[in-house]
Amino acid sequence: MLKRAALIIAPWLVIVGIWYALAYSGLINEALIPKPHVVAARFWELLTQARLPLDIWMSTQRVFLGVAAGITLAVPVGFVLGWYRQVRTFIDPLINFFRALPPIALIPLVVVYFGIGEIAKVVILFYASFFAGVIVMYEGIAQISPIYVRVARTLGATDGEIFRKVIIPLTVPHMLTALRVALGVAWATLVASELIAAQQGLGALIQNASSFFQLDIIYVGIICIGFIALAMDLAIRAFTKRLVSWQERIA
Amino acid sequence: MKPPARISFENVALEFAGKNGPVRVVDNVSYEIGNGEFVSIIGPSGCGKTTMMNMVAGFLQPTSGSVKVDGKVVTGPGPDRGVIFQEYGVFPWLTVKDNIDFGLTLSANRKPKAEREEICNRYMKLMGLSDFADAFPKMLSGGMRQRLAIARAYAVKPQFLLMDEPFGALDAQTRAHMQDLLLQALQTEGKTVMLITHSVEEAVYMSSRIVVMTARPTRIREIIEVPFPYPRDASLHEDPLFGQLRSRVRSLVMREYAAQARQSSE
Repeated sequence: MLKRAALIIAPWLVIVGIWYALAYSGLINEALIPKPHVVAARFWELLTQARLPLDIWMSTQRVFLGVAAGITLAVPVGFVLGWYRQVRTFIDPLINFFRALPPIALIPLVVVYFGIGEIAKVVILFYASFFAGVIVMYEGIAQISPIYVRVARTLGATDGEIFRKVIIPLTVPHMLTALRVALGVAWATLVASELIAAQQGLGALIQNASSFFQLDIIYVGIICIGFIALAMDLAIRAFTKRLVSWQERIA
Repeated sequence: MKPPARISFENVALEFAGKNGPVRVVDNVSYEIGNGEFVSIIGPSGCGKTTMMNMVAGFLQPTSGSVKVDGKVVTGPGPDRGVIFQEYGVFPWLTVKDNIDFGLTLSANRKPKAEREEICNRYMKLMGLSDFADAFPKMLSGGMRQRLAIARAYAVKPQFLLMDEPFGALDAQTRAHMQDLLLQALQTEGKTVMLITHSVEEAVYMSSRIVVMTARPTRIREIIEVPFPYPRDASLHEDPLFGQLRSRVRSLVMREYAAQARQSSE
């Protein structure tokens, strides 16, 4: 148990170690690389005396709304594309066309159509998480073996029963994977979405800090995003493990 | 008077759409399976044996002629015909017990809770799975998965058992064990059985009749009665008549393999 904890912490310590080594090596201008303890102190200061909790709250809320909307649409669309091969042939190029567009390139259009309020930011995150989620969903569904449906039919299942008792249970793992991927992509897109005149949020924090060349604050923002995304991912994975413990895992 | 056939093929032909027009897979097969018979269908691989079973199961419709079960033309799958696939098809998201219970929760054969419990326990016991009631299939070996598939099929009380290479993926020992287990189960609950197999040994050991099919498009090459009474056990393998039947079936099948090889080299 102790060994496991040590193994989990070790790579983080290595990164902090490299960070310190770089900061003290003189290879990089000292002004360009704030030392870890300076960043930590700044984090504490922002957390207790300033706006960091509000930034975290605003960003988490936007990610949550964007992903919730994106996945809500991605699940049925991905399901239809995965299940009906004929539909996929026509829709697949369309999905890949839109998926390839970087959300940041869409910002001017989003501003034109949705303004600069909360909705605009959520729309960007929705866009990113929908396309990430839909691909994972339909690739997963397309791989479901038709034998389970055949077996259910030989046991006398109606179409409705096959959907409820066979297809839904087989879909759940793919929904959870889609959710995980969408959350990752949404956090990655967050800074871009908060380019749209955001006053609060981790992305806004980073951008404001960059205008004033406050590198330590930029680091605080980046590290916060990373850790929140990691925490959410761990939570979903723990949930997945409970919900679909029946899955056979390779390795 | 002859008792009516349970399964009958009447001038059945089946064609698949191929790149250069239709490909004939089954060519004018007429055959009847009587009540309680155990019929093995054997022939070269890819000849269309599985296609014949799929028509009885209701997954495929013949291009011409008809496949009837108890005098009615088959239009789709149904719980009167239990199907066992080579790849098991046990539901990975359900425990052993819930897999067996699955069919009993469907509107086609819904049973009260107490009865379902009793049925699940009976078939877990029959197939030696009682100790694994709450295990998920990922914990089970191939032989156990196939036992589970058989238990699940039995639970909805089918009249027929249609098996497509059910033991093909198992090692020799497990396979022999499964054959005996299945014969025992058939002793306690009679079914009319259609078994698709590659194994001459298995066909002679288990069936009351063997149908040897030709290479594609498949026709009936020969029908061989296997006169040994049930129950049978492994000592049957030593019987001189068993050896004779086995060589006869084997040489018929080998000849069809040779014909198939000639066809594909032309």
